[in-house]
Amino acid sequence: MTASRFIERHPVWALIVLVAAALLLWLLLAVWPPGLEEAIGRKRVFLNAIFNGITLGGLYFLVASGFTLIFGLMRNVNLAHGSLYLFGGYVGYGISTATGSWLLGFIGAFVLVALVGIILQIVVFRRMEGQDLRQTMVTIGLSIVFADLMLWAFGGDFYQIATPQWLIGPVQMPFVTAVKSSGEAVYLQYPLVRLVIFAASVVIGVLMWLALNRTRVGLMVRAGVDDRDILAATGIPIQLVFVFVFALGAGLAGIAGVVGGTFQSISPGEDTRFLLASLVVVIVGGMGSIPGAALGAVIIGLAEQLGSVYIPTYAIVVTFLIMVVVLALRPQGLVARR
Amino acid sequence: MVRRSSVLIAIGTIMLSTTAFAQQQKIKVGVTATLEGTYTVLGEDGIRGFQTALNVLGKTVGDKELEFVIASTDATPDSAVRAVRKLIEQDKVQILLSPLSGDEGIAVKNFAKTHPELTFVNAASGAQETTYVDPAPNFFRYNMDGAQWQVGLGKYAYETKGYRKIATVGEDYSFIYTQVFGLVLEFCGAGGQVTNRQWVPLGTKDFASVIAALPDDVDAIYLGLGGADAVNFLNQYQQAGGKAHLMGGSIMIDQTILSSKGSAKNALIGTIAASGQADTWDDPGWQKFVKAYQDAFPPNKRFPSPSLLATNYYDSTMALILALRQVNGDLSDNQAKLKDALAKIEIDAPNGKIKLDSNRQAIGTNFVTEVVDDGKGALFSKVVKVIPNVNQTLGYDPAVFAKIGLPSRTVPECKKY
Repeated sequence: MTASRFIERHPVWALIVLVAAALLLWLLLAVWPPGLEEAIGRKRVFLNAIFNGITLGGLYFLVASGFTLIFGLMRNVNLAHGSLYLFGGYVGYGISTATGSWLLGFIGAFVLVALVGIILQIVVFRRMEGQDLRQTMVTIGLSIVFADLMLWAFGGDFYQIATPQWLIGPVQMPFVTAVKSSGEAVYLQYPLVRLVIFAASVVIGVLMWLALNRTRVGLMVRAGVDDRDILAATGIPIQLVFVFVFALGAGLAGIAGVVGGTFQSISPGEDTRFLLASLVVVIVGGMGSIPGAALGAVIIGLAEQLGSVYIPTYAIVVTFLIMVVVLALRPQGLVARR
Repeated sequence: MVRRSSVLIAIGTIMLSTTAFAQQQKIKVGVTATLEGTYTVLGEDGIRGFQTALNVLGKTVGDKELEFVIASTDATPDSAVRAVRKLIEQDKVQILLSPLSGDEGIAVKNFAKTHPELTFVNAASGAQETTYVDPAPNFFRYNMDGAQWQVGLGKYAYETKGYRKIATVGEDYSFIYTQVFGLVLEFCGAGGQVTNRQWVPLGTKDFASVIAALPDDVDAIYLGLGGADAVNFLNQYQQAGGKAHLMGGSIMIDQTILSSKGSAKNALIGTIAASGQADTWDDPGWQKFVKAYQDAFPPNKRFPSPSLLATNYYDSTMALILALRQVNGDLSDNQAKLKDALAKIEIDAPNGKIKLDSNRQAIGTNFVTEVVDDGKGALFSKVVKVIPNVNQTLGYDPAVFAKIGLPSRTVPECKKY
């Protein structure tokens, strides 16, 4: 649906969206009047919460996009996705500590976790194609086994992947947070590493979109999403496409593990936390849709961060409230594929 | 027929007497520690302290042997009760050395009342409520509570460091409430102001917004965090370029954090804190304990120096074993003799002498510390001040202390009581 048609069909909604966007823009750019600062706190806090929400959304997108891709094509609800995330984090930690290179950690995590994904697809999922319940049960079982294996191998300790020296510290952003009495503007300081990670997840998202919409393999994947059987009947090696997509989805989870290990930390229990986060993101955004995952990730990230600042006691509930509202009003998700 | 049944009875009697015999030879003790979740590292070092105590004191009481069963918790009260219940019902332990964390302590104390015949020795938990409100007669705590562990910090910050206004960030549960309670009482009593108290859920991963919301118009920021939360906070604090003066709670300025990997912990150099121990104390008893701890484990399987949790587990295990030896392992009459001995015992712990008050809560020694770099990149807490005989009412008249209220997000108010 194009923008003009949306305005034609829902003039009231369009107006509300427009006003909300204008208000947000004003909140971001203007110097807040003292009354507003008193009512909802300093602008620096608000701006930070917004940025944190969006960058956290970047991380959620990396995890959830792999999840949604696998679901979209193969109808596999891979509940071991969180384990892939955690494994990626451990691999990234091991490689970056051993070699001292943060970037090698990413590559290593992507490759190794993608390999695990390939093995999973060939050994497990191919054997039970189209049997949703069995797949779900098996992946739950696998996630428990993986969690214990990783606990055995890496212990209960928490690991943090060292941020490279050039990424430590804040940068100045072109947003005024306050004006000093001398008339000098105070700009927002924001951690560079989060910006870089966010930029990287945007790049990955765009690349994925391009790969899906502009390449031959992407064409096969999209055709497979629409009708697997017809695609197979045309002679396309569909199993190969499945393996490819599963490897890509798993590898993305691995990369996300390294990202999570860098600006948060990795420890036992993170697997279920991120599985839950990606489930919520995907349910809000729409199962199987990449833009949906992006939208859902940003919404959930923003809700978590704004919640933790403005209503700390109920912050945990907010994300689930959003999920409940979406399920009630638009059960197919905000960006439904069809 | 008669003959057969008498044989059966004879066999039965023999079997019964052998089980009774076996029970006499062993005393089963259940131990819990947070070996999962945010406080994993704390639980692991607690167990090291416990093992150090067994190395030093041995596992025998008279002609009986102590047998230990360890169960894991995750710092939530229900996990602690589940673990304790399992130890009692399934493993048939007679004595408990549990739990580690504040909320767990309150839950286990309440649970202890349903098993008045057993004995509960607190391992390391430090919420005030555990022994202050409606204490269980069979629950003994040989470590001080969170407020006692902050004694001396408020005055030192106000008088020596010259801090006038501070803000606090803490995990949202009973132990940190108790710590902030102790800090606020003393700091505000000295004339300082606590302008803002932020509470974050235990297990918070993303502190970016919390860090952004830290006020800049204060002299110092007090951190009441522990385990993975503390490391996450410091890491993100470094990434955000934070530069405020810091003050630390007892599990923040602790080897569990000071020996974490990476450079984020360097933000803590010069931070003042207070705790039931100080890494560099020159007391011979403390040095001996540190040596015993270091000798018990290879360097990569332990911290350079024991954490507060290792010390607490050591002290609790020590009190239990010494009391058991006093009564020669006699657990008859619902363990009455053991309970009596535990209530009266005074232990010469590595971190100062410890005795119990009428609520079976420790009166002990507290330390004000400052974090120093040993020149090789390792951080330690250096003694600034040693304060002996700290009791649960923090030197206040019990009637006055009772009026302050129980530690919570907003109690105590910032004023002189």
